[in-house]
Amino acid sequence: MIPSEQIPSSDQATPTTEAAANQKSVGHSRRVFLFKLSLLLNGAVGAVLAVPIVGYLLGPAVKKGSKDDSWINLGPLSDFPEGETRLVNYRNPVTTPWDGQTGDIPCWVRRVSGSTFQVFAINCAHLGCPVRWFAQSELFLCPCHGGAYYANGARASGPPERGLFEYDHKIDGGSLMISAGRMPTLANQARVEAPLIQLEVSGSAARLAGVEQPKPRCSSCQT
Amino acid sequence: MPDLKQRGIAVYDWFERRLGLGAPVIEAAEHEVPSNTSSWWYVFGSAATVILILQVMTGVLLALVYAPTGTNAWNSLQFLDHNVTLGWFLRAMHGWGSDFMVAIVLIHMAQVFIFGAYKFPRELTWIIGVFLLLMTLGMAFTGQVLRFDQDAYWGLGIGASILSRVPLIGGALVDLMLGGPIIAGPTLSRFFALHVFVIPGILLSLVGLHVWMVLRLGINDWPMPGRLVRKSTYVREYHELTEKTGIPFVPDAAWKDAIFAAAVMLAVIACALWFGPFGPTGQPDPTIIQTVPKPDFAFLWIYAVLAYLPPSIETPVMFIAPVLGIGALLLLPLLSGEGEKHWSRRPVAVLMIAVIAVSLGAFTRLGMYTPWSPIMNAWTSDPIPTAYLHDRTPLERAGAIVLQNKQCRNCHSIGGAGGLRGPALDAIASRMTEDQMIRQVLQGGGNMPAYGNALSPSETNALVHFLKTLRGNDLSPAIDASRKMALSSESQTAPTGGH
Repeated sequence: MIPSEQIPSSDQATPTTEAAANQKSVGHSRRVFLFKLSLLLNGAVGAVLAVPIVGYLLGPAVKKGSKDDSWINLGPLSDFPEGETRLVNYRNPVTTPWDGQTGDIPCWVRRVSGSTFQVFAINCAHLGCPVRWFAQSELFLCPCHGGAYYANGARASGPPERGLFEYDHKIDGGSLMISAGRMPTLANQARVEAPLIQLEVSGSAARLAGVEQPKPRCSSCQT
Repeated sequence: MPDLKQRGIAVYDWFERRLGLGAPVIEAAEHEVPSNTSSWWYVFGSAATVILILQVMTGVLLALVYAPTGTNAWNSLQFLDHNVTLGWFLRAMHGWGSDFMVAIVLIHMAQVFIFGAYKFPRELTWIIGVFLLLMTLGMAFTGQVLRFDQDAYWGLGIGASILSRVPLIGGALVDLMLGGPIIAGPTLSRFFALHVFVIPGILLSLVGLHVWMVLRLGINDWPMPGRLVRKSTYVREYHELTEKTGIPFVPDAAWKDAIFAAAVMLAVIACALWFGPFGPTGQPDPTIIQTVPKPDFAFLWIYAVLAYLPPSIETPVMFIAPVLGIGALLLLPLLSGEGEKHWSRRPVAVLMIAVIAVSLGAFTRLGMYTPWSPIMNAWTSDPIPTAYLHDRTPLERAGAIVLQNKQCRNCHSIGGAGGLRGPALDAIASRMTEDQMIRQVLQGGGNMPAYGNALSPSETNALVHFLKTLRGNDLSPAIDASRKMALSSESQTAPTGGH
């Protein structure tokens, strides 16, 4: 601070400084009012600004209206031998140019017979890790926490509380189509509980199906 | 020479006249602290700050090269590792710095807890510290995502799957986290923003507040058994202690901080040189499913807990336990802001630290070797020990082939090789009878899937015959006591029935 700018200090109480103080306080209440007004104005500006910001931030969650799922061609039926379960990759219908490999999504296609298919998500119903199919033991196994599923996607053991997620599918012009586009999670996949008891099975299989373990849908293998 | 010194002082004065920061900083550095705070136990906070500075510096340097896009992030890490001079070292320093930071923040927290330093008047310092811990873990998780490899991709999948379990708004939260319908480029972009702008901003401001409060309230005096904290007297007592025994923080107490900080930095450098950077593991290509995703060290214990929680209570535990845990940490200083500080008179506090440390350690250890996970290639890579095939009938040997082909080894070990999810089978016949084995194989139960559909009757027969030969070191085979009784009662009734 330059000395010449210094205001006389208050300990030299003179009539002139008292008058100055009076003069100062005259404008004080007006300035306080104006300051409060400016706060209000800035609050209003902030509120207006918050609308686009919050809208921008919530964008991905609000966009629900436009459905991300669409029909994807997985290939001709001849690609899928009956009784086999195969890994098929598709390009997600919604991607950005900078997604790279992450836009390629795998899924498990099981052709039960003829036109009967099941298409399972790669993501374990427990915490989303990639399940692997083991044709010999007819199980899907998850590497993360050891979830296991039967050939038909039903829960076999481990931490998952339900079977594998399944995509809607249809056969169109000799090709298998699935409806996909979102990462399947417990939030967007309807809960499909496998029936605990298969009433139509007979003999020893009926006895087996009756115990607490949910059995795969199969009536011919227990003879 | 004296001329040069005077020049230097003049330059300092020129800046000091304009900035005015030197005097208050020197005053803060030299402020008096009770001499009993000059302890090797009081060095963790400053060490965490030093590592934070290291993380900021190495982070900025990495950001000079890193490409935060889905297409190129992984490639740019490879580029850093192999094409940029010392890029691998910078990555290693940043990665090891992260592990050290989490560890030191936890040790700092445990020390503060054990020493009762969170009590009056330092409650808010502790509460801000809790948020600092959360921010540190947030940095560790988002940093792992930026290492955009397979672990990062499936780690995001785990995160999204956890969020999807939130009632009602789970789906919206997943969308917010991923920034789109799938884990892809936009997901990485938002984690980049979190890791580089949002969380560091919060972290640095909170560290500023934390340090400011330590300076303002004084470093916690060394606890003495029986010297109780009372809100009415504590501040006066602390000032008396400082006046009586005070030493300037710099240099009388700070030299220990400085030496420990240097030791920690050397340790980070040594780890970086010796072990190198973390990953990246495989490319973030979800179509490569031959992967065993694992989180970084700091989160292994959560990974383990998620494997052991029963499905029925998993979702509630996931969301209630963190709220309770963080809530308890935040409320701790408000509920026990007064009283005894010394550990010898706070057995519950000591016990809690011990239990938490042992639990975290045990779950982390489990997370390192994941006994719950099937070993996906055990059935093709681990042969059956020849001793188990010696002197066996053809049927029993056929059973050994069934055991191998049906991937039983992915979960069961034989001869020390194979998965750990199910019990080892080396002595299975000493624990289970033939009937029990057949039932268990066909129907499953416990943690085992049912193999009724995957095995033909002849395969089951062969398998069980092989299993019946596995009796460890020639233990006696399991017997069905009830059958024996039924047989003996039959033989008793038979003569009276006589033909």
